[in-house]
Amino acid sequence: MNFPILSILILLPMVGVALIMMLNRENQWVIKGTAMAVALVEFVLSLYLWFGFNSETAAMQFTEQYSWFPSYGISYLVGLDGISLLLVLLTTFITPICILACWEDVQDKVKEFMICLLFLETGMIGVFVALDLFLFYVFWEVMLIPMYLLIGVWGNPARKIYAAVKFFIFTMVGSLLMLVAILVLYFYNHKVTGVYTFDLLKLYGLQIPFEMQFWMFLAFGLAFAIKVPMFPVHTWLPDAHTEAPTVGSVILAAVLLKMGTYGFLRFNMPLFPEAGWYFVPLFAILAIIGIIYGALVSLVQVDLKRLVAFSSVSHLGFVMLGLFSYNMAGVQGGIIQMINHGLSTGALFLIVGMVYERRHTRMIADFGGLSKVMPIFATIFMIVTLSSIGLPGLNGFVGEFLILLGAFKANMAYGIVAASGVIFAAAYMLWMFQRVMFGVVDNEKNQNLKDLSTREIVVLLPVLLFIVWIGVYPNTFLDKTKASSANFVAMMEKAKTTKVATADVIMKGAQR
Amino acid sequence: MSIEIPTINLTNIGPLITLSVAGLLLLLVDAFSIKGTKKGYFHQISLVAVVIAVLQTIWLWGRNEMDFSRMIYVDNYSFFFYLIFLLGTGVSILLSVRYLENYNKNYGEYYALMLFAAVGMMLMAAGGNLVTIFLGVEILSIPIYIMAGMFREDLKSNESALKYLLLGAFSSAFLLFGIAMLYGATGTFFLEDIAKVIKSGGMNALTYMGLGLLIVGLGFKVSLAPFHMWTPDVYEGAPTSVTAFMSVGTKAAAFAVFLRIFMDVFPTVRMDWDMLLWVLAVATMTVGNVTALAQTNIKRMLAYSSIAHAGYILIGMIAGNQLGAIGILYYLVAYTLMNLGAFGVVILVSRKKDSYLNIYDYSGLGFQYPGLALVMSVFMFGLVGMPPTAGFIGKFYIFSAAIEANYIWLVLIGVVNSLISVYYYLRITVIMYMKPAEADLGPVDMNATMTTTLIASAVAVLIIGIFPSSVFNLALSSVKIFGS
Repeated sequence: MNFPILSILILLPMVGVALIMMLNRENQWVIKGTAMAVALVEFVLSLYLWFGFNSETAAMQFTEQYSWFPSYGISYLVGLDGISLLLVLLTTFITPICILACWEDVQDKVKEFMICLLFLETGMIGVFVALDLFLFYVFWEVMLIPMYLLIGVWGNPARKIYAAVKFFIFTMVGSLLMLVAILVLYFYNHKVTGVYTFDLLKLYGLQIPFEMQFWMFLAFGLAFAIKVPMFPVHTWLPDAHTEAPTVGSVILAAVLLKMGTYGFLRFNMPLFPEAGWYFVPLFAILAIIGIIYGALVSLVQVDLKRLVAFSSVSHLGFVMLGLFSYNMAGVQGGIIQMINHGLSTGALFLIVGMVYERRHTRMIADFGGLSKVMPIFATIFMIVTLSSIGLPGLNGFVGEFLILLGAFKANMAYGIVAASGVIFAAAYMLWMFQRVMFGVVDNEKNQNLKDLSTREIVVLLPVLLFIVWIGVYPNTFLDKTKASSANFVAMMEKAKTTKVATADVIMKGAQR
Repeated sequence: MSIEIPTINLTNIGPLITLSVAGLLLLLVDAFSIKGTKKGYFHQISLVAVVIAVLQTIWLWGRNEMDFSRMIYVDNYSFFFYLIFLLGTGVSILLSVRYLENYNKNYGEYYALMLFAAVGMMLMAAGGNLVTIFLGVEILSIPIYIMAGMFREDLKSNESALKYLLLGAFSSAFLLFGIAMLYGATGTFFLEDIAKVIKSGGMNALTYMGLGLLIVGLGFKVSLAPFHMWTPDVYEGAPTSVTAFMSVGTKAAAFAVFLRIFMDVFPTVRMDWDMLLWVLAVATMTVGNVTALAQTNIKRMLAYSSIAHAGYILIGMIAGNQLGAIGILYYLVAYTLMNLGAFGVVILVSRKKDSYLNIYDYSGLGFQYPGLALVMSVFMFGLVGMPPTAGFIGKFYIFSAAIEANYIWLVLIGVVNSLISVYYYLRITVIMYMKPAEADLGPVDMNATMTTTLIASAVAVLIIGIFPSSVFNLALSSVKIFGS
């Protein structure tokens, strides 16, 4: 492949940023139009990945490598496999939807808003395609800034600063520790092989003593677990989600959280496979706690957005459980569930945003009987809710089913406990739906709510299309991930049996 | 006994001569300019001198010898530092012009003193003899004492100058005492010879004490904790342009000496004393960062942040490998650009005396002056160490050097400190972008010199952050003298 498609995908939004910077801030329509055009072109270009992708192989495709900083072994190395393909497409798919969704919502500082969104897109795609640890770290950090600004500038005035700073600092805690681990890995690799490199594919083959793996798995794992977010470090999420503007929440839920799970799959487990097995109980149990805890907390929320935010904790728990089962069903389920969560939760946030625009409240108690005044809205909301619960025929079911299958295979107990999470999910989602949509319209302000406009329907329809598509015929998507997942599972299986040395000089050095 | 007249090659100290001559010329121009007319050409003259000095340094690049009876090193290490000092001086001059005019302090001697101070810094970086180094320290310090007190009518400026003078005198005394002890122990002032004596005879009580006092003296200059007490008051009271200049120049010069002495003369002691330096580094970072959290005056905040940065740089010294030395050099370049830029923004925003220095005065700046806020954000994120700025690459080098040398705990503490620093740097962006304007900021005097300088610095911070290779290679060829 000579066509540098991935670099174009990374750079195109930055070109958009440069264009928008030159536009007059008074021309809001032109600014929005430019952003939209860039995002659409980006999406169309990314389809090239879909059609050009060879699903037979687990090798990296569309790779590009340019020397960046040779004396340090840093290069600009990007590539794509079955794991990242869907996530990149999800990113390019969600961004235009977000721009359309905030068309009327954002009136203030439109120029800066669009700049942040496009900048964020560059960062997100970069994270998913970077195969050089240094490059990955750069994208991982860079993407923090626009998200931080989205929450902090356009968020809910009351608590936006708290949420933005909390988001930033939580993420930094993890990523700085990850940086240290990356450097330790880098120097260890040099000691063993004599080569300085940050090339992930070369580092995959490295045999690392267990003690080192132990700490490095934890350091990387903390960075990713915070992003996922897993149970004890999830507390930034409800705040960030609740205070962020609608579009911020959508991107946060749809894409940013996936970086955590993606990180586990791409970095943590393949780099430190023995530690990966060792930590199964810890992470699986944390994932299950996340599933149950997220669901229980969702049950008692009075704020719609907070409820959806906590439901994310629960859903991402499923993803983590699937990944840590290390078998085909679990891993493929985990990947597909990442996409599902992006679609359903993204859509839920859009829906909450739409109702918030009309009523300027998100309290469940303020609503009731909306299905009578807003029939189209009610239909779409119902479909999305059911998809989130995991109704067969919709996308959520496929993911959760595969994950539970994988979990049962790996450990019966995990599967049984996690399955109860599905029931809770039905409880909190349906109960929420009932309180908002059914019953009598007891609040006068709700009497004359307008139903969805054409723009809003256009925003939600593509998401609905994929919700049904994945639910009815998931193979379109599963096929793409098959080879990479099989490769991953084989790698983990191999590591199960290998024994690694336990003592090493580097660890002794650390005692100093 | 015959008197040997040493052969000297004046081109070897070309940059120093240029700056000295330009400084004298400035004094003459000031003295003979006609009363009542607009005094001028000061900054033009000084800038031309700086540019010439830069060209001379580039021309000298690659020479590796000693001159003036081995008093002066003529090597890439010195030249790299020359360039850092000239960068710092040049940018400081550009930042000073409008600031001084606004306060009616456009004196020729200000620029002359700045150039003399730069000469002092260069002498420190190039010094091959403890006496030369001491002379450099004094030539650097005395102009800065005066410059800190430039605003005679301002109590704070007076306080700043006096404090700096007193504590500077203390530190000079420590330094001198240390030099005396080293001389007593080894019988020589030459770094080369001291190194030889130490190598063959090892250390004794006197050399240990001498080195300890040297560390104290230099510790004052780079403001390591616990020798940092003067920093916030002096930085706050001094004219902002002077603060900018000394925050980068003095620190870089003292680190130049520090690094050369530790890498070249006492390499074995550096290993024995790593625990001491370790404690100093941790204390410096922690004190700087934690105290910066509580500051509301932006100059004080930047003062504490500069203390913290000295701590990070010290990590590179503790690592003691080639990568660490490169890291220090790179970090100083990045730090010079970022800190000068940040102070430049402070100069622009604070127009009247003591006003608009509170961090909350920046509220609403983000959308009132988007360009200004954007460059400030670049500098703040750079100081945090976020990619893709030069600040990130600097920290990356220093941390990786320390990991290569197995100081993993030190790096972890450094990382925790970076994390603390996130909060107060981020707070500036929070205030600029996320708080509504509290008070009317009024018109900011955006003049071409200032804005061009700031934009150029911000762009430079990004460019050497994204393409670090060239600076890395320059630094690499500069630290070759230390072996590996």
